[in-house]
Amino acid sequence: MGPLVFQPSHFTAVVLFSLFASTVFGITQRETPKRMLRYGIYCFVLFVAAAIALSWLMYFIAR
Amino acid sequence: MRYSQKCMATEETKKNSTKSGAQEGFVYLPLIAGWLVPGGGHFLLRKWGRGALLAASILGMFALGLLMQGKVYASVHDLLDVLGLVGDLGNGLLYVLSRMLGLGDVQVMVTTADYGTRFIVVAGLLNIIAAVDAHNLRTGRKS
Repeated sequence: MGPLVFQPSHFTAVVLFSLFASTVFGITQRETPKRMLRYGIYCFVLFVAAAIALSWLMYFIAR
Repeated sequence: MRYSQKCMATEETKKNSTKSGAQEGFVYLPLIAGWLVPGGGHFLLRKWGRGALLAASILGMFALGLLMQGKVYASVHDLLDVLGLVGDLGNGLLYVLSRMLGLGDVQVMVTTADYGTRFIVVAGLLNIIAAVDAHNLRTGRKS
């Protein structure tokens, strides 16, 4: 059996990255649990939306 | 009325004693503990929920980075390597452990390995943010 390897798609990698980073941002950048949750969700949406928007932009630039 | 006032006073005293307990000792201890062990600074300050979430996020990111065959920086060849090494050092004991076990020292030329390398660097940077947050909690700059 070979070593355990995880090979996600680019989008899965983006979602995982966004999930972990926005969790840390939410907890460290806000004071109350409610505001932490809201800021975490806000960061997550911005991360994923920015990745999708930039991907489309690069797609049209490449043509 | 009297009972509720007494209860409130007791709760306040308990709160103050917990606060003063967390305020005792070396002021940079949560910062150092947070750097060495992800979430360690928050655990030291009895912020169990926050500490657990931070630990899960940082450890998860580091572990996924290794599983993606990401590289752990060991030597420096150019400026970008220096930045990568600084990011990796943010992982504290995880960095030391991975170097001791020889994890992340294989050069793999696949796309996911590059994602993995970034995951490991960013896990280190997020760990530094978490450690600074623990320090802010310790000094009272944040509640």
